[in-house]
Amino acid sequence: MTDETLSALALSVRVAVLATLANAFVGIPLAYVLARRRFRGRALLDLLVTLPLVLPPTVTGYYLIVLLGRRGWLGAPVYAATGWSIAFTWYAAVVAATVMALPLLVRTARAAIESVDRDLEKAAWTLGRSEWRTALEVTLPLARNGILAGLVLAFARALGEFGATLMLAGNIPGRTTTVPLAIYTAVQTGEETMALALVAILTVLSCLVLVVAGRLGARAA
Amino acid sequence: MRRVPPSLAIIGVALATLSLTGIPARSAQELTFSVAISMKEATEELGRRFMQSRAGVVLRYNFGSSGELQKQIEAGAPVDLFLSAAPRQMDELEKKGLIVPATRRVFARNVLTIVKPATSTIDIAKPTDLLEPRVTKIVIGNPRTVPVGQYAEESLRALGLWDKLQRKLVFAENVRQALDYVARGEVDAGFVYSTDSAIRRRDVKEALRLPEDTYRPVTYPVAVVKDTRHAALASAFIDLLLSPEGQQVLARLGFLPPPPGAR
Repeated sequence: MTDETLSALALSVRVAVLATLANAFVGIPLAYVLARRRFRGRALLDLLVTLPLVLPPTVTGYYLIVLLGRRGWLGAPVYAATGWSIAFTWYAAVVAATVMALPLLVRTARAAIESVDRDLEKAAWTLGRSEWRTALEVTLPLARNGILAGLVLAFARALGEFGATLMLAGNIPGRTTTVPLAIYTAVQTGEETMALALVAILTVLSCLVLVVAGRLGARAA
Repeated sequence: MRRVPPSLAIIGVALATLSLTGIPARSAQELTFSVAISMKEATEELGRRFMQSRAGVVLRYNFGSSGELQKQIEAGAPVDLFLSAAPRQMDELEKKGLIVPATRRVFARNVLTIVKPATSTIDIAKPTDLLEPRVTKIVIGNPRTVPVGQYAEESLRALGLWDKLQRKLVFAENVRQALDYVARGEVDAGFVYSTDSAIRRRDVKEALRLPEDTYRPVTYPVAVVKDTRHAALASAFIDLLLSPEGQQVLARLGFLPPPPGAR
C-alpha cells in the first residue's frame, strides 16, 4: 500500500471519528429538543437539519463555502482577524462530514426518543427530577440503542462523504484527500489497483457498519 | 387502502409527464467533442459557425481537464474529436491506438500566467514573491491529470520553488476551477493560461507571466478519435480550426498561432 493510500485511510478514519463526536454533541441534544419540546421555529430547525439528506451534496458544499469561505458570512471576519480560513484544510472535511451526517443521527435518535414511554418521564418528574436530569437518567438511556444506531449510521456517512468535502476541503493529496476522493482521483488517473483496494476497504467497512447498526436497531425495537 | 391526496397525485402525474419530455431525439449527425476546458469559448464559437453551414449536424461538447477526457476515451466514451491542452494526453491515446494519427494537428498555443484576486493587495512581481508568508494558498491544476498543473509544476521545478511551495499548494480538477478559486478569493494566487485570466477580468488580475523557457510550450493538439462514425465531419472541424477563419477566432480570444512544425 502506498503512502498516499495510507494517508487517505488515516485521514478518512480521523474525519469520520471527529465528525461522529461532533454529531454526538450537537445531534443528540437536537434530537431531544425536536422530539420533546414545542417551540417557535421548530419546524424550521427540523427542515434545516434534514436538508443535507435530500439536497445534492454539492449544494450543501456550496452553502458551506458561502458560509465559511474566505469571503463567507462567518469565514470573512475570521479571515480578516486571523488570516486563516478553514477552506482547503482537513478541518473543512470534518465540518462537511458533520453536516452531511447530522440528519441521519437526528432522525434515528429522534424516533428512538419519541418512542420512550412518557409516563416513565412523568414518574421521574413526580419524584422530583428536573427535566434535564430526567433526560439524562431516563429518556436517553431508554433510547440508547436507537441513538447508538444513529451514531453508527452517521459514522458511515461521514466515512463516505464526497461532494461537500470536495467543495469545501478540496482534493489535496496527503492533506484533504479522504478515501472517496482518493478513489475518484485513482479512477481518473487510471490507477486501477489503488482504486480497487480502496473500494474494497470502503465496502467492507460500510458492510460492518450496517451490520452493527442493524443489530442495535433490532435491540432498540 | 388509503386514498392518495389529490395534490400528491397531481405532482406525481406532472413529474411522470416531465420525465418523458425533454429527452432530445438523437440527430442523425450528432458529434461529441471532448474539449480541454481552456478551449471552451473558442470551440463553442467555431462550433456555432460549423453547425450553421451544415444543416442537420449537431455538436455536443464534453469539457474537462485533458487528463480526465483522455481517461474517458480510454474507457470507451463515444467521442468523435479530442482537443487536448497538451501533447502528453494525445501521445498516450496515440500509443494505445485510440486516435487516427494522420488527422493529428497542433492548432494553437498558450502561455502560463499567475493570477491573483482583483482585490488582492499582495504584490507578486517575481516568482520568489510566492514564498512570502502573506501568500498562504496557491492553486494549480492537479499535475496528475490537468495539463496547466503539469506546466506549472515544470516551471516551478525549473525555478527551484516546487519543494518550497508544497505546503501552500491547492489542487484543482481543471484550469477553470483553479481560475474560480482565485476569482472567489479563496486562494491568494493561481496558475492558469493567459486566455483564462481574460475570461474573469473583473474578478482576477494577472500578477506575473512565468519565464517561457521554464516550461514546455503549451500547444493544443487535435485529432479524430478512432471509433468515430463521423470521421469526415470531425476532420472538417479540424480544417476549420486551422483555417484563417478559425485562427482569427482563436487569436481574438488570446490564443497564439501554433509553432511551425509542432505536432
